[in-house]
Amino acid sequence: MTTAGSPPSCPIAEAPGERITLAHGEGGRLTRQLITQQLLPIVGNQILSSLGDAAVLPPVNGSLAFTTDSFVVSPLFFPGGDIGTLAIYGTVNDLAVSGARPRWISLSLILEEGLPFAVLNRVLQSIAGAARDAQVVVVTGDTKVVPQGAVDQIFINTSGIGDMIRPAPSGPSSLRPGDELIVTGPLGQHGIAILACREQLGFEPPPTSDCAALTPAVDLLREGGCPIRAMRDATRGGVAAVLHEWAACSNLTMQIDEALLPVTAVVRGVCELLGLDALHIANEGVMVVAVPEGWGVKAVAQLHQLSLTAAAAVIGRVTEGTSSPVLVRRGIGTYQPLDEPLGSPLPRIC
Amino acid sequence: MKYVDEYREPHLARQLLTEIRAKVVKPWVLMEVCGGQTHGLLRSGIPQELEGVIELIHGPGCPVCVTPVEAIDFAQELALRPGVMLTTFGDMLRVPGSRESLLSVRAQGGNVRLVYSPLDAVELARQHPEQQIVFLAVGFETTAPATALAVLQAAQLGLQNLSLLVAHVRVQPAMEAILQAADCRVQGFLAAGHVCTIAGCDSYEELAARYQVPIVVTGFEPVDLLLGIKECVQLLESGSACVRNQYQRNVRQEGNPHAQQILSEVYVVADRTWRGFGTVAAGGLSLRPEWQHFDAERRFQRCTAALPIDSSECRSGDVLAGRIRPIACPSFGTRCTPQSPLGAPMVSSEGACAAYYRHRPLTGTQALSNSELGTL
Repeated sequence: MTTAGSPPSCPIAEAPGERITLAHGEGGRLTRQLITQQLLPIVGNQILSSLGDAAVLPPVNGSLAFTTDSFVVSPLFFPGGDIGTLAIYGTVNDLAVSGARPRWISLSLILEEGLPFAVLNRVLQSIAGAARDAQVVVVTGDTKVVPQGAVDQIFINTSGIGDMIRPAPSGPSSLRPGDELIVTGPLGQHGIAILACREQLGFEPPPTSDCAALTPAVDLLREGGCPIRAMRDATRGGVAAVLHEWAACSNLTMQIDEALLPVTAVVRGVCELLGLDALHIANEGVMVVAVPEGWGVKAVAQLHQLSLTAAAAVIGRVTEGTSSPVLVRRGIGTYQPLDEPLGSPLPRIC
Repeated sequence: MKYVDEYREPHLARQLLTEIRAKVVKPWVLMEVCGGQTHGLLRSGIPQELEGVIELIHGPGCPVCVTPVEAIDFAQELALRPGVMLTTFGDMLRVPGSRESLLSVRAQGGNVRLVYSPLDAVELARQHPEQQIVFLAVGFETTAPATALAVLQAAQLGLQNLSLLVAHVRVQPAMEAILQAADCRVQGFLAAGHVCTIAGCDSYEELAARYQVPIVVTGFEPVDLLLGIKECVQLLESGSACVRNQYQRNVRQEGNPHAQQILSEVYVVADRTWRGFGTVAAGGLSLRPEWQHFDAERRFQRCTAALPIDSSECRSGDVLAGRIRPIACPSFGTRCTPQSPLGAPMVSSEGACAAYYRHRPLTGTQALSNSELGTL
């Protein structure tokens, strides 16, 4: 297996301007070459390199968690990550917030005819790096090639299996009035990075995605003995979407304070300029955590040990149900309902 | 964040609220002109705090809301034509025309592109010489200089494939139309700060004198808004109908002469239909005769006519003119929500209906019946 950072040994990738053709997906010699010369040197391992029809996994004790996610991000590469890091961390985080230790991952690539090998290579390097970082092994995979225009360069599906080494959080239906709500990092960094990059908004320095594995953060909370009612990575729809979901599950109101929200100066600036609310913007390395009353400070202190979660903060608490599922204390101190996100945020004009 | 945080300072806002409450001798009726101010007020809960002290009527200053249905329908028609790319600001995509929105037209295969600046449309025209790029130019004096600049740039580049569907509006004639209405209750205006950044304050003097209303140029943050209200109340109680600038960090008396010069180079003042208002005399801008080859209405033939809109379902016209509050509309929050808006004010981040939907208070006004608070 090739180590990270070493130059790809594959002659296909080295040929300048070489591109994926439909023949690479038709199961013949080119498909085999693609897999053995391009994919395996980068993401291969003992299980994957056996090239069986199914991965045979070692036995585990206890329950398993299983999740799947697809990744279609545009642009493929953005400050702070790319579709490859997203494909690993996205699935890893779904397992982590479910209380599982991420172990094995599948990798399905749908490639557009004409995709430069150099682009594929770069994405695969990211996948390998992220998998190493998140301590998961890519154990099975598939590659398809579709005609130009049928997908946008690369679509990726990953499924992940984790073992439930500890009991899962009891989930949002177990929320109680008084529980404290925590976010583990600054809001909206991923969504703003993608928006700025996709629309070439020209911010300097460019906003950077927070794309990262949350497993170490979950481990820290467990090590600190913090009882966790619910955990959820705040991806599409941002923190607002998670709070709305929890309110619906628990029939309680999530009450937060705008002044307590961690937001970077860059994200805040972009949101002010475009009229967006950071609570609605996607994250890829931030989760919302609910802990019983009195545990908020302890949980946040635990999270502060990790650089990814150094800005973790208690942002509010769960209250008895009101006519509004989510309330946010704004400006001069009045509580107002927080919208459920509606489609992708569109900037206002003036 | 500089120039923002100090104007959101809660203690200062509380102090201003106290001062306003102490000063007021009667419940004056003020209109904040701009939709951005409406959102700022509701977002910070100021109307609740001043309930029974001051009455705030929400003005028509939402460019997306007043863009006529005909312009939106025509934009949709163009987006569906082969070889045409329709470009506009994000807020315009969800606004319903007489049949549907640009978003649903895009879902049907229409070529609709969101841009952040009119100059992006110039760049698209440069990149796609094989396509006709149409920019749906909406907005007040704030946005019009940038679209004028797009015309000048396109001319300089010799681009033959860019045109503008112009729906620009001017705010002062609408203020005058409101003052002329028989049922007008407005006693003082909080003028739209950003419009004045371009247009200046000079032209308000005559309006203030003629209709005997004080006009205070006001910003958008809670402290800005409260300073504007306080100043307006002071003027009302001293009986002086004059113009004051409470947004001096952005607005100069003369405005921005450079932007005004670009505006007058490209546009000429014209009558314009405002959605919900009808025709407002001198209420808009049109391309000057020498730039009419950039006019999409001249370049393309219109094929479909706008359908009449059933006004009993959506009372956005009354909302825009400040005749009713959004919550008095029978469709508010039921048949009309941001997900499925019947009228433009429920769509835009400047729209009064959206402001009420998003920031509606939990107690107080919501608990009162429509007859108590809905109709002004």
